[in-house]
Amino acid sequence: MPDASDNSFRAATIAVLVENESGVLARVIGLFSGRGYNIDSLTVAPVDADGKLSRITVVTSGTEMVIEQIKAQLDRLVPVHKVADLTLEGPHVSRELALIKVAGSGSGRQEALRLADAFRARVVDATTESFVFEMTGSGEKLDAFIALMRPVGLVEVSRTGVVSIARGAKGL
Amino acid sequence: MSSAILPAASETQSMTGAEIVLRALKEQGVEVIFGYPGGAVLPIYDAIFQQNAIRHILVRHEQAAVHAAEGYARSTGKVGCVLVTSGPGATNAVTGLVDALLDSIPIVCLTGQVPTHLIGNDAFQEADTTGITRPATKHNYLVKQMDRLASTVHEAFYVARSGRPGPVVIDLPKDILIGKGQYSPPPSQEHRSYRPQTEPDAGQIRKAVRLLKEARRPVVYAGGGVINAGPEASALLTKFVRMAGLPCTNTLMGLGAYPSSDPQFLGMLGMHGTYEANMAMHGSDVMFNIGARFDDRVTGRLNAFAPNSVKIHADIDPSSINKNVKVEVPIVGDAAAVLRALIAAWEEDGAGQDRPALAAWWRQIDEWRGRSCLHYVQEGRIIKPQHAVKRLYELTQESGRETFITTEVGQHQMWAAQYFGFEKPNRWMTSGGLGTMGYGLPAAMGVQVAHPDALVIDIAGEASILMNIQEMSTLAQYRLPVKVFILNNQYMGMVRQWQELLHGGRYSESYSEALPDFVKLAESFHGVGMRAETADDLDRVIREMIAIDRPVIVDVAVDEKENVFPMIPSGAAHNEMLLAPGQIAAGSGVTDEGTALV
Repeated sequence: MPDASDNSFRAATIAVLVENESGVLARVIGLFSGRGYNIDSLTVAPVDADGKLSRITVVTSGTEMVIEQIKAQLDRLVPVHKVADLTLEGPHVSRELALIKVAGSGSGRQEALRLADAFRARVVDATTESFVFEMTGSGEKLDAFIALMRPVGLVEVSRTGVVSIARGAKGL
Repeated sequence: MSSAILPAASETQSMTGAEIVLRALKEQGVEVIFGYPGGAVLPIYDAIFQQNAIRHILVRHEQAAVHAAEGYARSTGKVGCVLVTSGPGATNAVTGLVDALLDSIPIVCLTGQVPTHLIGNDAFQEADTTGITRPATKHNYLVKQMDRLASTVHEAFYVARSGRPGPVVIDLPKDILIGKGQYSPPPSQEHRSYRPQTEPDAGQIRKAVRLLKEARRPVVYAGGGVINAGPEASALLTKFVRMAGLPCTNTLMGLGAYPSSDPQFLGMLGMHGTYEANMAMHGSDVMFNIGARFDDRVTGRLNAFAPNSVKIHADIDPSSINKNVKVEVPIVGDAAAVLRALIAAWEEDGAGQDRPALAAWWRQIDEWRGRSCLHYVQEGRIIKPQHAVKRLYELTQESGRETFITTEVGQHQMWAAQYFGFEKPNRWMTSGGLGTMGYGLPAAMGVQVAHPDALVIDIAGEASILMNIQEMSTLAQYRLPVKVFILNNQYMGMVRQWQELLHGGRYSESYSEALPDFVKLAESFHGVGMRAETADDLDRVIREMIAIDRPVIVDVAVDEKENVFPMIPSGAAHNEMLLAPGQIAAGSGVTDEGTALV
């Protein structure tokens, strides 16, 4: 049992299985904005064979009492099937994907390629004056790579937000 | 005629969308709809015209339709049903929807919508109704496919009445209402995602029993959840409180859940609750909250709320638990189911109670009661508002009539809660959570529709009543003999009270200027108007009002300067009550932080 009297903040990665219906994302986002909860990252996509269920991964932070409240509030939304606090329930894997555009020529271009190789970023588009790198990893890893790209000609970044899943054989 | 609209369940011939809606309503047990027509819902009105099974009450404003449905729902335990048109019809209903959301009242509100191909085009009387009402409802739907129409209506009723009840909107585009489709009966299998827990966990019940048996200074704090769980829950609460010999207090929403005349009843708690109820909460060592939500009007300053008590909280809504106040024993379940389990476990548990400690606790409570916190002095000609409510209570009792009370919002509402006694649930309808002025008259209308022979009284203020006064016309049309009992102090009294206590007596915009002549107003709406100017008039006017079988407005001129006491000022604790003007029970009263609170 989490200790509700603990007033320190913690991050929580919450997985929410919802009906894939119109307005469901607005309900979840409206809940967070209406009640003043934080959203650090939010992703959503259908996850079953016939497209009836979507999985939302939301990264939030708050006191233990607030995070318990967020989960209870999510759980009582009518189209919500399941809410799981991955942070609390055990080890889990989190990943984020980013597309990073870098432009330049000469040594900067060489440097970008070398760093991309070190970070295992893939080149998914190239012109004579630019690259688009695809990179998957933890948020921190993406942050680090993007920071390195800044001086060598970073143009723009597109990130997916965090997706997360528990380790081991059990499903949500 | 009705057979064409409401065929037997086995028939599956093609019907219009409007006919499908009406048939689904009928199958969900709807007998009355409160509504107002308009372009987008004309097909439903056409279908209503061609049947007799469902009665339509034409209100004069859509907000009133929702409040009327709330009054109907709260006095019967059924789901209230509302029908309004698109655009302004829907937006006018929003206040009523939020009111029902905060007070957990089951409502299904059908809203018309422009045809699906025009949605998003800024068409005439188009509004994004599902967008606007998403945070105003428990759930809402936009029906875009004919084959989802019947199942959506059935699901809406299930959602409105299950778990913690609430309002549900179904937005119905006009082409869906006109189009042809097939009816489907309510589904036999469980809802795919929404299945609230109603039966409590047995281990948590045993923990609660143990704590309550060992308690030296226990208190039971019961709220609207007990009312919502049906009359059986109130009977079980009464049984449990009596068998365990516990003191019991009710929230504003819970009045009637425990009989007010019972010696174990401490009265209402909270900001304008009794001294004994709030002191018992503050001094308790074990608190059992059933069906209440630790609202800020109840707790006062959170960090000083019942500081030495172990708290048990039973609620059907897990998100109500540990929201404002951390509790030691959370119990998720329906109030009736929880009380049933609690009584069974109490009887099973062999242990006895600490009788001497309980006796000492009751002596302490009686000492608090000795402060007579609701005492007032009625002398001279000027009518004290408390006295007006007390006499209203006594004379309605004397009449022997089944009585239902609604209120508007403000001082009169608090005096009604303090001085009118409720022995049974579902007799008291007030806007607790949202505090909606203009609630009482339409709510009374809904109550009277459900209980045509009962005495239904809206205890009102002269400011609030003007917010939905147009419903006098509805009362006349349907011969609904609702009584409006106005405590007229010529001020928005609660605003004036706060300005007096917190804003240096600067009565900014709180004087009720240019009031109508309420007697003539009643007459112009085909009702009866009466006025009580002095204390001598009061009893006669109340007796006459009770005897008249027509809508009545009684304008009672009360003391303009009277304030509601006791009072826990904003930001103060339960043991820092103001008992009378200038009399602070203990502590310091209003703080600067308190002034910033509502």
